[in-house]
Amino acid sequence: MTDVVIIGGGPAGMSAAVAVYESGVRDILIIERDTSLGGILQQCIHNGFGLHRFGEELTGPEYAWKYEKRVRELGIPVKLGTTVLDITPEKVITATNAEEGIFTIKARSVILAMGCRERPRGALNIAGSRPAGIYSAGTAQKYINMKGYLPGKEIVILGSGDIGLIMARRMTLEGAKVKMVCELMPYSSGLARNIRQCLDDFDIPLRLSHTVVEIHGKERVEGVTVAQVDENRKPILGTYEFVPCDTLLLSVGLIPENELTKKAGIKLDPITNGAIVDENRETSVPGIFACGNVLHVHDLVDFVSEEAETAGKAVAEYISGAGDNMSLIEIETDGKIRYTVPQRITRGDDVDVFFRVGVAARNVRINVYSGEKLVFSQKKRALLQVRWSA
Amino acid sequence: MYDVAVIGAGVVGAMIARKLSSFDLKVCILEREHDVAMGASRANSAIVHAGFDAKEKSLKARLNVEGSEMMEKTAAELGVKYKRNGSLVIGFNAEDKVMLYELLERGKTNGVRGLRIVEGEELFSIEPNLSKDVACALYAPTGAIMCPYELTVAAVGNAMDNGADLKLDFEVKSISRIDGRYEICSGTETVKSRFVINAAGVYSDKIAKMVGDDSFTVHPRRGEYILLDKECGNLVNTTVFRTPSKMGKGILVTPTVDGNLLLGPTSEDMTDKEDKSTSEFGLSKVIREAGENVCGILFNKTITSFCGLRAVGSTGDFIINTPIPGFVNVAGIESPGLTASPAIAEYVAKLLEEQCVELNPKVDYNSRRAPMHAFREADIDEKNEIIKRDETYGRIICRCEEITEGEIIAAIRTNPGARDLDGVKRRTRAQMGRCQGGFCSPQIVEIISRELGIPYEEVTKFGGNSRINISKTKGGADI
Repeated sequence: MTDVVIIGGGPAGMSAAVAVYESGVRDILIIERDTSLGGILQQCIHNGFGLHRFGEELTGPEYAWKYEKRVRELGIPVKLGTTVLDITPEKVITATNAEEGIFTIKARSVILAMGCRERPRGALNIAGSRPAGIYSAGTAQKYINMKGYLPGKEIVILGSGDIGLIMARRMTLEGAKVKMVCELMPYSSGLARNIRQCLDDFDIPLRLSHTVVEIHGKERVEGVTVAQVDENRKPILGTYEFVPCDTLLLSVGLIPENELTKKAGIKLDPITNGAIVDENRETSVPGIFACGNVLHVHDLVDFVSEEAETAGKAVAEYISGAGDNMSLIEIETDGKIRYTVPQRITRGDDVDVFFRVGVAARNVRINVYSGEKLVFSQKKRALLQVRWSA
Repeated sequence: MYDVAVIGAGVVGAMIARKLSSFDLKVCILEREHDVAMGASRANSAIVHAGFDAKEKSLKARLNVEGSEMMEKTAAELGVKYKRNGSLVIGFNAEDKVMLYELLERGKTNGVRGLRIVEGEELFSIEPNLSKDVACALYAPTGAIMCPYELTVAAVGNAMDNGADLKLDFEVKSISRIDGRYEICSGTETVKSRFVINAAGVYSDKIAKMVGDDSFTVHPRRGEYILLDKECGNLVNTTVFRTPSKMGKGILVTPTVDGNLLLGPTSEDMTDKEDKSTSEFGLSKVIREAGENVCGILFNKTITSFCGLRAVGSTGDFIINTPIPGFVNVAGIESPGLTASPAIAEYVAKLLEEQCVELNPKVDYNSRRAPMHAFREADIDEKNEIIKRDETYGRIICRCEEITEGEIIAAIRTNPGARDLDGVKRRTRAQMGRCQGGFCSPQIVEIISRELGIPYEEVTKFGGNSRINISKTKGGADI
C-alpha cells in the first residue's frame, strides 16, 4: 500500500508531490507516461511562465525543471514510461510499462494530475477531404520542439487560443508563412500579450468571427475555405473565401483527460469536464484529489502549481487522519458565471473560489448569495477574460 | 508468370485472392494505392446484411445470403471481429409498414432466416432508444457487424502467407492479350498472368475497357458518415435502418464492432471518382436523419467524419462475368459487397474452373490467420507473459485506445505490413480514439521510420505526397 500515488508528472503532479513531502508524508509515487517529467511544459519552449510564482519569465522546460529538481533532491520515487490503465473507487491502480509489464498498486490516497488533450478536427465536423497537413496546435508543437521537424510551410490557424497564437509565432520563426488566424468568436480568447507578441509583431492577420468550413487537398492540404460567421456562429454564405495553404493548425479547445477519473466512479462537472471538488480539491471519492488542467483548464501554470500545493497539503492531512468535513455547501452559478472551482465547500475556513464567466463584459457587479441572502457584492470595471471551455 | 492477377485489394479482391491462394496457383494482387482497403472497403457501414433488401433472383440477393451465412466462420478463420447484433428496419406509418412487409416477403424468398415484424413492447424491448414515433419494424436477427478493413487486411495477409504476392502503388495503365496470356502494365512494371480478375472498385469499368469490354459503366455514389465516441456505443443494440429508397438503404444508426456509434451514410451520385470529401450538407443530413430514428444521440461526442464512394454498376446488379477468355469482371460491387465477399470468392473460383483452370487444393494451405487484436483481448496474466518475451508490449503508445508499441510493430511486420500512419491506424486502432492521433502520431511516425529504415520526414499519412512533415527544422534534432 502506497500512501500517495500521483498520476501525472507534469507541473501539477510535481508541485503536488513536493507539497505532500513538505507536509511530512514520505511514501509517495509519481507515475508518468512520458520518458521524462515535465508534462506539456517540455514542449513549451517559449517564455512567460513563472511570472507570478517566481517573479521570473521562464520557459516551460525551465519552469518544469524548478520542480523536477526539487523532486529529485527530495528523492521522491518516480516511475517513467508508465501508463495508468485503470483506477478503482477503492484506489487500486493498474499501470503498465516495458520493464514491469502490467502491475497494480494499492494507494491510500490518489492525486489525479493527468492534464488535458486537444479537441481534434473530427469533433468539429469540418467538411472536406482528409489529407495530411491537419494538426492540432499542440501536436505541431511536439513535431517542431520535441522531434525537430517542420510540419508545414503555408499555415492557416483556426482558433486564437494561446496555443494557436504561440504556434503562429513558432512556425513563423521556423520559416513558415502563417497566412491568418481565424477565430470563431468576435473576440480572441488568448492572452493579450500573446496577441501582441505572436500576431501583431509578425503582421499575422487575425480574422475574428471567422471559421474554416472546408478543407481541400488530395494527399496534402492544398487550401481551406474560410467564412465569416453570424451572431449564432453560423457561416454566412457569400463570405466564403479559398485560402491556399499546406497546413491547417487547430487550436479549438482543451478537454481535461478524465477517462481514469470516470473509471474511479468520480462525479464530473459537465461544464468543466473535470471532477467536482471541494476547496481541498478532494473529489466525490474520499482520498482521491484532482489538480491542474485535469480539473479545469488553467490560464497560467503558476495557478496550476498553487492549486496542486493546495491539493498536496490536503492529501497529507488526509493521510494523517486530521481534517474534518464539517459542512457541505454546494456552489451554484447563474450561467453568466459558467463555473466555479471548487464546486463545493466542506470545511469551515475561508475559501478562495475561482470562476470563469460565460461572456466577456465590462462594468459588472459580482454578487454572492447564501440562499436568498446577499452576502457579498462588488463592482468590477475590468474586462473579464473569457476562456474557450471544453 | 502468374496464374491469376487480381486487380484491386479491396475486400472483394482480397477475398478472391485468399480463396485462390488455397489452390496450387501463383496469385498476385495489384493495387494502385499505397495500402490495401483504400477504396470503399475502408469507408462503409460495416454491416453483414441479412439479405432481405436485395432484389429477388438477383446475383446480389443470392451472394448476400450466402455470404451472410459464411461470414461468421470466415471471421473466425481470419481472426477478425464479428458480432451478430441483428438488424431493425424501422417504420413510422402505414406506408412504411407496407414496405416492411414487402421486405419480409423478399427476405423469405431470398432465403433469410428468422425475419419477423415487431411492434410495440417487443420492439422497444429490443431497442429502447428508438424514437417514440417508430410504429413498427422488421427484425432480422441474422444481421451482423464487423470491421471491413480489418477483414481486407486479414484476407490479403492470409493470401500472402499462402504464397500470393502483393504489389502496392501499382496502377494498371494498360492490359494486353499476347499469346493467350495477359500483360498488365503500370508504366514502370509489367506483370504477366494467365488469368485476370477485375475487382477494381470504382475503376472496374476503366479496367474492363482496357480489354475491350465497354458493356457497363461504374459511377461513384458518395456516402458520408459520422463516428461517435465509444461512450455512445451502447445507445443501440441492433443496426437501425429506415425503409430503403431507390438510392439505397438510407441513413442508419449502428454500434460498431469496436464499440463506437456510427451514423450514415448519405447517398449522392457523383462523377469524380477521386473526390472523397465530406460536405456540410451531407453531414447535416446525417445528423438530422439519425436523430429522427434514435433518441439521445450525443452529437457533441463526435470524434470524426468520413466518406466512401460506392461502385455503382450500370446494370443494377453485381457484374460478375467473363467477357473474354481468362478475364473475369467483378464489378459494380456496391452494398451488399462486404457481406457477399466470401460468397463472391467462391463464385469466382467456380467461374475460373469453368474456364478450365485447374483448382488443385494446396497441400499446405493454412486458412487461418492469428488475430491481430489478440493482445488487446488477452487477460493480464497472458499479457504479462507476452511482455516478458517482448517488452514493447508493455509500452503504451496510443493512450486513448491503449495500443502498445508491440502491436504497432507487429502491424508493420505482419503481412500485409503497414507502411504509413493510416496503415498503422487501420490495423491497430492507434489514432482512432478521442484525440484522433494528436498525442501519439509523432511517436508512431518514429516507429515507422525506424522499422522501415526511412527518414522521419518521409513518413506519410497514406503514401504518395501525404508526408506528415515537410523537412527538418533549422536546428533539427538527429532522430
